[in-house]
Amino acid sequence: MWSIKDCVNDNMENTLRQKAKELLEKGDVKVVIGYGWNKRKTRVTPVFITKPEDVEKLVFNPLCVNNLSLYLTRKFADIKALGKPAIVAKGCDIKTITVLISESQLKREDVIILGMVCNGVVYKQELWKSGTDFKSVPTEIMPTKCHNCDVRNPHIVDFVVGEKSDFKAPDEPAGMVFDKIKDLDKKTSKERWDFWIEHFNRCIKCYACRQICPLCYCERCIAEKNMPQWIETSAHPRGNLAWNLKRALDLAGRCTFCGECERACPVNIPLNLVNQKLALVVKNAFGHKAGYDEKVHPPMIVFNMEDQEDFIK
Amino acid sequence: MVGHIQHTQTDSFEPKIVAFVCNWCTYAGADLAGTSRMEYKPHVRIIKLPCTGRIDPLFIIKAFEKGADGVLVSGCHPGDCHYTTGNYHARRRWIAFKSLLEFTGIDMKRLHFSWVSASEAIKWVDLVNNITDEVKKLGPFVEYKGLCER
Repeated sequence: MWSIKDCVNDNMENTLRQKAKELLEKGDVKVVIGYGWNKRKTRVTPVFITKPEDVEKLVFNPLCVNNLSLYLTRKFADIKALGKPAIVAKGCDIKTITVLISESQLKREDVIILGMVCNGVVYKQELWKSGTDFKSVPTEIMPTKCHNCDVRNPHIVDFVVGEKSDFKAPDEPAGMVFDKIKDLDKKTSKERWDFWIEHFNRCIKCYACRQICPLCYCERCIAEKNMPQWIETSAHPRGNLAWNLKRALDLAGRCTFCGECERACPVNIPLNLVNQKLALVVKNAFGHKAGYDEKVHPPMIVFNMEDQEDFIK
Repeated sequence: MVGHIQHTQTDSFEPKIVAFVCNWCTYAGADLAGTSRMEYKPHVRIIKLPCTGRIDPLFIIKAFEKGADGVLVSGCHPGDCHYTTGNYHARRRWIAFKSLLEFTGIDMKRLHFSWVSASEAIKWVDLVNNITDEVKKLGPFVEYKGLCER
């Protein structure tokens, strides 16, 4: 019989713990941000290891879907106050860290990245049955980002943990999210409008999408400003539309498709669709893909005199 | 006022169009049209801003929220910006914003972008006339206005 304990990739975890211990003992870092079991060992939660003897708490398995780079942003001043961090990050999380660095939210030398070789995580932890390890996570419970992942071998790291993955991402992005985008593109604007209004109407303005997003780090969000009030605060269809458009647009060319916003959304608004649609637009129009090079400016803060459009008359 | 709106029939529909224009080119162009005594459709409400780079996409959303049937955004031709690069930034923003609005199903016949220089009074007049006719044909923006009544 499989059990959760068997499925754990022991080697990777041991290497990770050893490395974390070493870093903490030498005093290179003051805190290791990583994944650990919850009390009932059914899910993983973020853990913050500050003592070398606690490194046994660190785990890495297909449940580690969360994007921990959130804890490197200014939203978490208390974690920053602990001192220099090391972070356990999958390739996709490193993409977010890269954008944070390119936006001067972080210096490359201010964080030690423990890059985990990842073979795809589980999108919704409740769908995961014990008895699967990285090699046998069924593709249907993997998020779209994992099907198209080109950073299974983490690209910007201080230490790599795990054996090299030889997974090849498809040339054209494929999977549920991209299929749905193509599907929507084919529809009439009336049908698209009905689709989105139906989804946005459910929005309860909890701003979970904003809170979970590592790239939504403004100290004061436009949604909280009321002089003038740009976005209505009540969960009314009109303000909901304004909020969701604004949120999506602010992530244009920055979103790295970690998918945390959609995962956090209590009413299941398909936020990945808008985010990825804009990512495709930015890629086609400006040739930019977010999260691969920390020295490249995000595309919406720069311009090119040769930018092409066909709608400005 | 409420009764007045309710009585408005589609055939007597007079659209509300909001134009966000930059101070240095399009506003001057519109001014030239005025001083040259050119006539154009009176449905447009001009909002003057320093530069197209100042136009936040939220302005456009707000205009629709407050009952605009069409929105026009206009500024200096690329290379002519009073602040050198404002319109280049604006163009990037519009490319993303337009795609986003299209994706959410907003009819792009209601949102127009244009470059109008200070000397192009005739272009401004034609632009406003064309947009007014087009939006008039489409009728009130019931989809967006419908959101208010939910």
